Amino acid sequence: MSFPWAKHYEPKAPVMKWLDDRLPLPRLVYNAVGAGYPVPRNLNYFWNFGVLAGAALVIQIVTGIVLAMHYSTDANTAFDSVEAIMRDVNAGWFLRYAHANGASMFFIVVYTHICRGLYYGSYKAPREMVWLLGVVIFLLMMATAFMGYVLPWGQMSFWGAQVITGFFSAIPVVGETIRVWLLGGYAPDAAALNRFFSLHYLLPFVIAGVIILHIWALHIPGSSNPAGVEVKGEQDTVPFHPYYTAKDGIGLGVFLLVFALFLFFAPNMLGHPDNYIPANPLSTPAHIVPEWYFLPFYAILKSFTVDFILPAKLWGVLAMFGSILLLFFLPWLDTSPARTANHRPRYRMFLIILLVDVLILGYVGGAEASKTNVLIGQITTAYYFLHFLVILPIVSATERPKPVANSITEAVLKGKGGTAPAKSAIEGSPNPMPAE
Amino acid sequence: MTRIIAPLIGLGFAFVLVLGLFGTITTASEPATAEHEFHLAPKPLELASNGVFGKFDKQQLQRGFQVYKEVCSACHSIHRVAFRDLADLGYNEGQVKAIAQQWTTEQPSTNPETGEPATRKNLPSDKFPKVYANDTAARAANNNAIPPDLSLMTKARPNGAAYVHSLLTGYGESPAEVQKEFPKFTTPDGLYFNRYFPTLNLAMPPPLASDGQVTYADGTKSTVDQMAKDVTAFLVWTAEPKLEARHTAGLASVIFLLIFIGLTIGAYKSVWRNVKH
Ligand code: HEC
Ligand code: HEM
Repeated sequence: MSFPWAKHYEPKAPVMKWLDDRLPLPRLVYNAVGAGYPVPRNLNYFWNFGVLAGAALVIQIVTGIVLAMHYSTDANTAFDSVEAIMRDVNAGWFLRYAHANGASMFFIVVYTHICRGLYYGSYKAPREMVWLLGVVIFLLMMATAFMGYVLPWGQMSFWGAQVITGFFSAIPVVGETIRVWLLGGYAPDAAALNRFFSLHYLLPFVIAGVIILHIWALHIPGSSNPAGVEVKGEQDTVPFHPYYTAKDGIGLGVFLLVFALFLFFAPNMLGHPDNYIPANPLSTPAHIVPEWYFLPFYAILKSFTVDFILPAKLWGVLAMFGSILLLFFLPWLDTSPARTANHRPRYRMFLIILLVDVLILGYVGGAEASKTNVLIGQITTAYYFLHFLVILPIVSATERPKPVANSITEAVLKGKGGTAPAKSAIEGSPNPMPAE
Repeated sequence: MTRIIAPLIGLGFAFVLVLGLFGTITTASEPATAEHEFHLAPKPLELASNGVFGKFDKQQLQRGFQVYKEVCSACHSIHRVAFRDLADLGYNEGQVKAIAQQWTTEQPSTNPETGEPATRKNLPSDKFPKVYANDTAARAANNNAIPPDLSLMTKARPNGAAYVHSLLTGYGESPAEVQKEFPKFTTPDGLYFNRYFPTLNLAMPPPLASDGQVTYADGTKSTVDQMAKDVTAFLVWTAEPKLEARHTAGLASVIFLLIFIGLTIGAYKSVWRNVKH
């Protein structure tokens, strides 16, 4: 579905017309990310991050495919092959640093994209499916990044794989069997490395597929916007191209600049030095830590320290997976009629506390397990769950939101000190209305 | 359903965490250890290769290679580096060939007549040979410790370059306070006290023990600190031989991207000039 005023694709060159009659691919692109997709005119820069995530995926796939041409999936030679890429392959250092830092950039972008969704209520009706598919992409990304980090077969690769697959042994009765089955052995070794590479190559393409569904689902109601009111008429939207292609161009430039600063000037800052030591099953590193983007979840895992009915380890694993899976229920936990946090001051306050809370969790996840750090971890983990499962439902049911503008155009003109009264919505416009 | 079960799950997790919290509060803190109290962070180290515009100082790399060759190579390999790579330090083809030829540890090979294991002289295309045949031999010769390969050392430790320099210059007697505070702390026979090493005792005897241990061809005075700096600079190169290319490409990319951003801002302004948003 699209808005009735969406522009229609009209092939000009005869060859495009010929193609359109037989395989309307240009039409598909035109309607998806071209002038045929009307977008609210008031999107801010936080709406750049979806396109940036797509760019990050493309970068990972392109660099990854070339790396795979030189990489050796064998426990005895994997580390050496990565070093050969760094030293002997033409621009190999560039490919490898681009791919390793690209994973970090991908997560920075996706975390910002998720925060945008939380702040502006993008997960609410009618966009629940967009949100659910987003959480699926996030889970797939985490699996992909974890398995990618194992591939260079350094100390953190090996011990990270050991620890993370160890989660499964927390499952009662069958846990250890499942772990051995997943690894293809009692510890990570040749069998595990081979299957991780196979899956690491596969999953990004699965992600690409889910992204298509994500965008398809998005195009049914169209993009949401910071004013918290749905599109009411043609004056509320502009065509995606050239308006948002231009705006996304700026975002892409800034993204690539930040990426380049890491890649060229601090390529190992986000990695762990121990991963430059070849994997050694006989020597355990002093601190085993995952990549930075997993640290908050790692902190949640480590915060469960007592056996209460279930063993502490199982609580930790349940909580860690639970902390992500609860995002699937968010659209139904938040019952507030208002969409954005701007219209919900009390909710906004809790949301900001949550952001600080997750940053502290990230710190605790990477820090040594001293008494104070464990205490802080336990408090912040408790807040994480209370926020989503207790505070959010209560606040959203009780807080009375501030009034929203009548239309996007009105909000825009008011914001700019404009005087012209907003045209009312085009009569009989069939666009979906949010539950307001 | 969700709205009933969710708060129960949330409160359940919180309850278990509060139980854990009491447990954490009532456990005694870990006793302080000598490692924790006396371990030092590395001293800052200025190298020509540092920073955005950093380039290698080839003179210094050659001196560092000399220290590696005359001192460290007795125990440590750099087997990710090939002799031909030394051309980067400014040696010409003939010099590289001579260095490979004269290297004391030879390459493993097979005797072409008998098929027995043998060794042969190094070629420029060879990687630097390993010092010991295997880990057992390495341990046997080094008081049960393995001298690690140094090719990636400056990337394999936090703040690696500064760490290597501090470690090499950080040997000494353990100060009296250590004994006073931690009477149980000792430096066993065959280990050496060094406050920059995480456990304070390591199995490497001070490799750079006195000024003048190496005689530099370029006349630089070979103090212990100078030798430590030079060999560290060399090990930065062995770990990241493409550093200069990376910095150059980085500057070009940043300039390109700044222009790109400028153009996109212009395009954006022109596209949106008639639309309030
Ligand atoms: C007599 C043999 C010997 C010589 C010569 C020697 N080392 Fe070592 N080195 C060792 C041993 C043994 C270890 C392992 C120490 C341990 O793990 O306790 C070691 C460890 C190291 C480490 C790693 C410390 C760590 O954090 O694990 C570095 C760096 C190092 N040596 C640098 C050098 C440099 C540079 C030189 C030359 C100036 C040198 N070594 C000369 C035997 C030697
Ligand atoms: C969702 C996208 C992807 C993410 C998040 C991702 C993440 C990662 C990470 C974190 C590493 C470890 C980097 C290091 O420390 O060296 C890695 C390595 C690797 N990846 Fe990916 N990757 C993705 C896509 C791909 C694709 C599509 C391919 C191939 C078709 C690929 C091939 C490789 C190879 C060969 C390595 C090992 C070489 C190396 O360590 O640099 N990746 N990946």
